[in-house]
Amino acid sequence: MASLDDLKKRIASVKSTQKITKAMKMVAAAKLRRAQESAEKGRPYSEKMNNVILNLSNGISDKENAPKLLSGTGQEKTHLCVVMTSDRGLCGGFNSNIIKKAKSYFLKILDEGKELKIITVGSKGNDQLKRVYGDKIVENISFKESKNANYFDADKVGKMVIEKFEAGEFDVCTIFYNQFKNVITQIPQAQQIIPLNNEGEESSSEESYEFEPDEDEILSNLLPKNISTQIFKAMLENSASEQGSRMSAMDNATRNAGEMVDKLTIEYNRSRQAAITKELIEIISGAESL
Amino acid sequence: MSEEFKVEIVNPEKSFLVKDDVSEVVVPAFEGEMGILKDHISIISFLKPGIIKILSKSGDENYYVEDGIVEFKNNNLSILTSTIFNLADMDKSKQQDLLKQAEEEANKTDINDQSKYLADQKVEVLKTLN
Repeated sequence: MASLDDLKKRIASVKSTQKITKAMKMVAAAKLRRAQESAEKGRPYSEKMNNVILNLSNGISDKENAPKLLSGTGQEKTHLCVVMTSDRGLCGGFNSNIIKKAKSYFLKILDEGKELKIITVGSKGNDQLKRVYGDKIVENISFKESKNANYFDADKVGKMVIEKFEAGEFDVCTIFYNQFKNVITQIPQAQQIIPLNNEGEESSSEESYEFEPDEDEILSNLLPKNISTQIFKAMLENSASEQGSRMSAMDNATRNAGEMVDKLTIEYNRSRQAAITKELIEIISGAESL
Repeated sequence: MSEEFKVEIVNPEKSFLVKDDVSEVVVPAFEGEMGILKDHISIISFLKPGIIKILSKSGDENYYVEDGIVEFKNNNLSILTSTIFNLADMDKSKQQDLLKQAEEEANKTDINDQSKYLADQKVEVLKTLN
């Protein structure tokens, strides 16, 4: 059995860990509220954008010559995957869940004999992926400096994706992120953004629009913006998910630390009692032998 | 019948402005300024850098935008933009900053014609503000 001194030290160390996890939980809770708010505020923009694009793509007359961002390059040889993770750890299964989802997709792609390219956003995803898929990662971006998800950062990623698309480096682009459902549940998502996949979605109105300039020109202007918007939406969802996941992870950790302290305290008391009893027996048997 | 309609300006971060007593909006559409009144035909267009003027009973407002999309339908005007500033809140130093950025962009040689045109537009609009 560990000595009394050792037990005491362990109790102290578990207690200080508990303090840290508790503080992290509080911070995550505060950040979560803000992240959730901005995710909600960001929704109208992406919804409206989606709507406009839907109306436009329905109105487009010449489907054959539609912009490539909408209709694709006509082949599916090279896949680009944008894997969005956090920059910080200690957030439970948040990053692993995205990576798991992404890896199963990668396997599928590679099995089909297609080419794979990866962009990682956030350093944690890069850390996990570079061991196995190091040679596939073409770009690694991290926004450690920026405090909150902002559109400027998303735009940077979006522009990079479009640049690569225009240079003919890939045919299909998919983004991976965690969709925020509630504090306990985050659903890893794979969303295809190039070519835009909105089949099955019905336009909200049958009304015809007037376009100025024509559909093609507006579309080719709008689609790149839509890429950035989708990425921004993913970033917002991700940051809410990250904080939610961290909050529940830290809540669990705090509870576990509490249990551990209880257990160790009992053990400490027992050993103390055992030591006292032992001493007493020694004294009594010593006195008896006289 | 009232001659008012609803306008909503949204940027990626939040819903920037909602007003439902607007009588006229002038937007810098890509092919020239466009005034929108009530019962305008449904239209989708996109913006170039310029000034959005919103005329309403409660007073006129001016906003500087760098890009965006306008959609008008059923007397609802939606403006989606990533960069927007209220001119009333914009002071001289902010204007100077933006102007400097725009000028730098316009002076780049490795950009295509369209970005060059947009950058030139920015410079022009910002200069008229000063």
